[in-house]
Amino acid sequence: MTKHSSFPYLLVLPSLVFFGCFFVFPIAYMVYLSLFDWNFVTPTMNFVALENFKTLFADARFRQVVVNTVIYTVLTVGLTQTLSLLLAVALNKNEKIYTLTQTAIFSPYIISLVSISMLWMWMMDVDYGLLNYVLHLFGLKEVAWITDPNVALYSLVLISVWKSIGYYTLIFIAGLQSIPKYIHEAAIMDNTSPARKFIHITLPMLSPTIFFTGITSLIACFKVFETIAIMTQGGPANATNTFVYFIYEYGFKFFKIGYASAAGVVLLGIVSVLTVIYFKTMAKRVYYQ
Amino acid sequence: MEVVKKVLRYALLAVLILIFVAPFVWMVLTSFKSLGETLTFPPELFPKAWQVQNYAEAWRSGPFLHYLVNSLVVTVLVLLLQMTTTVLAAYAFACYDFKGKGVLFLLIIITMMIPEQLTFLPIFLMMSSTGLLNTIWSLVLPMGVSAFGTFLLRQRFMQIPNELIEAARLDNASEMRILRYIMLPQAKSTLTTLALFSFISTWNNYFWPLVMTTNDAVRTLPLGVAMLRSSQNGIAWNVLMAGNIILVLPIIIVYLLAHKKIVDAFVYTGIK
Repeated sequence: MTKHSSFPYLLVLPSLVFFGCFFVFPIAYMVYLSLFDWNFVTPTMNFVALENFKTLFADARFRQVVVNTVIYTVLTVGLTQTLSLLLAVALNKNEKIYTLTQTAIFSPYIISLVSISMLWMWMMDVDYGLLNYVLHLFGLKEVAWITDPNVALYSLVLISVWKSIGYYTLIFIAGLQSIPKYIHEAAIMDNTSPARKFIHITLPMLSPTIFFTGITSLIACFKVFETIAIMTQGGPANATNTFVYFIYEYGFKFFKIGYASAAGVVLLGIVSVLTVIYFKTMAKRVYYQ
Repeated sequence: MEVVKKVLRYALLAVLILIFVAPFVWMVLTSFKSLGETLTFPPELFPKAWQVQNYAEAWRSGPFLHYLVNSLVVTVLVLLLQMTTTVLAAYAFACYDFKGKGVLFLLIIITMMIPEQLTFLPIFLMMSSTGLLNTIWSLVLPMGVSAFGTFLLRQRFMQIPNELIEAARLDNASEMRILRYIMLPQAKSTLTTLALFSFISTWNNYFWPLVMTTNDAVRTLPLGVAMLRSSQNGIAWNVLMAGNIILVLPIIIVYLLAHKKIVDAFVYTGIK
């Protein structure tokens, strides 16, 4: 390490300029906009103080958006984390067929969500879709995957789990491989059952990884947009409308900039709390290492 | 018993592979079917006659060459910009001591947690008032820093032995020369990883071009493909799937070429 007066600042400067222009300023601007009633077309912005927030919390549509987002997030995070942890334990072998399976389940992760959404829209078609055909093969009744308000949100969860499960599986496999061998060997000598080994060795040793993936997948859930924009537009009956789509809708379709910004500020608040929790816990974890 | 177990295990693996790969196979097969064949139930697996013209039709349905060029230009510019800002900042954070270093690094890392889906509205207004809306810059500039890249590259730079740098200093090498001839060559594989990362996420991005463009001039491929969906007489699934293959193909090719690196890159985010 060397002390240089201004050179390191010059190196960081370009990043900071972008950071200021496209992160700090927009966030401050969004908070400012949330205090106004403005439709983007007229030049006058009416200062309404916290009126937008009051309307927002009283808005049944927004409350449903919050509920939808929570259901979507809890289910997606719960399912991806559990299933990929189990898959990781099952697929953590070096044989060719296992690595091939790992590659296969990872592949949806790098494909554009536009293509994934359209592909699933086609497979979820009530009349001609592949999914209902498979249900027929098993003698089951067809499902209106994206047109039934009681089902649509769960269909989106299914797609999101399908897309991201391979990514988390690979992360967990990397985590499993970093557990020191002697711990497993000690367990084998003690005649520990696989279930006990999983609960008492694997889970605790993987807990930092599980924590990391939990938070990442949580934040990823708040960003959900493409599947909604392409498959459902928030419908049917607002059943699949979530945070980002709501903000998009109010900003770009209804031109209620202040109102949309207020929703953005609420989402920012939630993400910030999660970020603080994450860094606090991470700092502790680094300390113990 | 052993044999039965083995067969069972292989069958389960095959089912897993099927669940994750079959939809893409279905996509490819659909892209070669006639419109009539996409509307039969039970669905036929293979097309009777392979309709290559679906691809031509998808391509002709809009200014696809234009979309493709835009996608390429945006991807290359974002890549160059991110590489520049990231390399410089990571070098500072890894190899120098300066006042406020910790706070600045933390601030940049926090951007990893705040998604672009949160700041798009104010950025849209900023772009609109500066006249940058519907220009390439509205798609490129907001992607100028990569917090993840800065983090990853800093880790790599910190592993490079200090003696190497000290030796170069004794030889009177300038700080930029040290970066160029010592740090960068040592960090080659991390740089490749970052480039792949940036390529995949920029190429696939639908949200940002959707909110930042209002006309075809700077629209990118994902938008063009998504617009295939909105035809007045029902959705032509076969043409739509052909369009999607055009969008997905570059990613698949890159994935096949650099599969190991991509997997490592994505997994690495989870370890540290």
